Amino acid sequence: MLDRRKIGHEFDPTTAVVERGRLRFFAKAIGETDPIYTEQKVAQKLGYRDIPAPPTFLMALDMEGTDFPPLIKLLGMDLSRIMHGSQEYEYFGDICAGDTIIVTSKIVDMFDKKNGALEFVVCENSYTNQIGVLIGKARQTLVYRNSQE
Amino acid sequence: MNEVQVGTDIPVLELPPISRYTLALYAGASGDLNPIHIDSDHARNAGMPDVFAHGMLSMAYLSRMLTNWQPQSRLRRLGARFVAITHLHDVVTCSGCVVELVVENGETLARCDIRVTNANGEMTLVGEAMVAI
Repeated sequence: MLDRRKIGHEFDPTTAVVERGRLRFFAKAIGETDPIYTEQKVAQKLGYRDIPAPPTFLMALDMEGTDFPPLIKLLGMDLSRIMHGSQEYEYFGDICAGDTIIVTSKIVDMFDKKNGALEFVVCENSYTNQIGVLIGKARQTLVYRNSQE
Repeated sequence: MNEVQVGTDIPVLELPPISRYTLALYAGASGDLNPIHIDSDHARNAGMPDVFAHGMLSMAYLSRMLTNWQPQSRLRRLGARFVAITHLHDVVTCSGCVVELVVENGETLARCDIRVTNANGEMTLVGEAMVAI
């Protein structure tokens, strides 16, 4: 069983600089062809400071702190037994190339189903930009398979 | 935007087959370097037939469907449950429709049921989006 005492644990905030090249790479990877996501001039014509990050790019900011989310080390999880259960985002503003985003992350719940064969870890993240504006929140549920033990 | 009402379908987004190249690009671009999505040997050792797609890749496709339909600045919430694995070579399609109009903080939002479906008609992601109209 994963250590339930870690419910409430807050990870150290991480800082991620949003690079234009990285956003273009992300757009390419998801097959996004709208030039607003790749061309600065097109984005600026539509009122953005620079090319915007697509909605699910927030996950990429989570990965900036370490090789993998620190959750795995904290709970001693085996990466190959983790499945992504669900992901929810709330958006309050945009992220554009050139922004610096502070990511905070907290474990808000852990529970199990099927007599412990499956454990669930729920994390909430927040994303705040360089001028202190909260631009998004995320809630992520990871599923941990214990059944092979 | 007053043409958006309950029952309005969001234009579907059909994706090309998921290739190893797709997964390698997404791994690099997203920073999700879990080898189970990019290293076949690792995936087989973990009991999978081969590498499989990141759930977040399909969620990114859902977001593309939504931003093709309405500007991203109108997207208020986006959520999805990952209900089935998307395997290598699968062909997935994103679809959705408006199921309710609600007023929140003085603006009208379309609550949209959204989903990703594979070629067998099996749902892989099931979610909801709230879009200002």
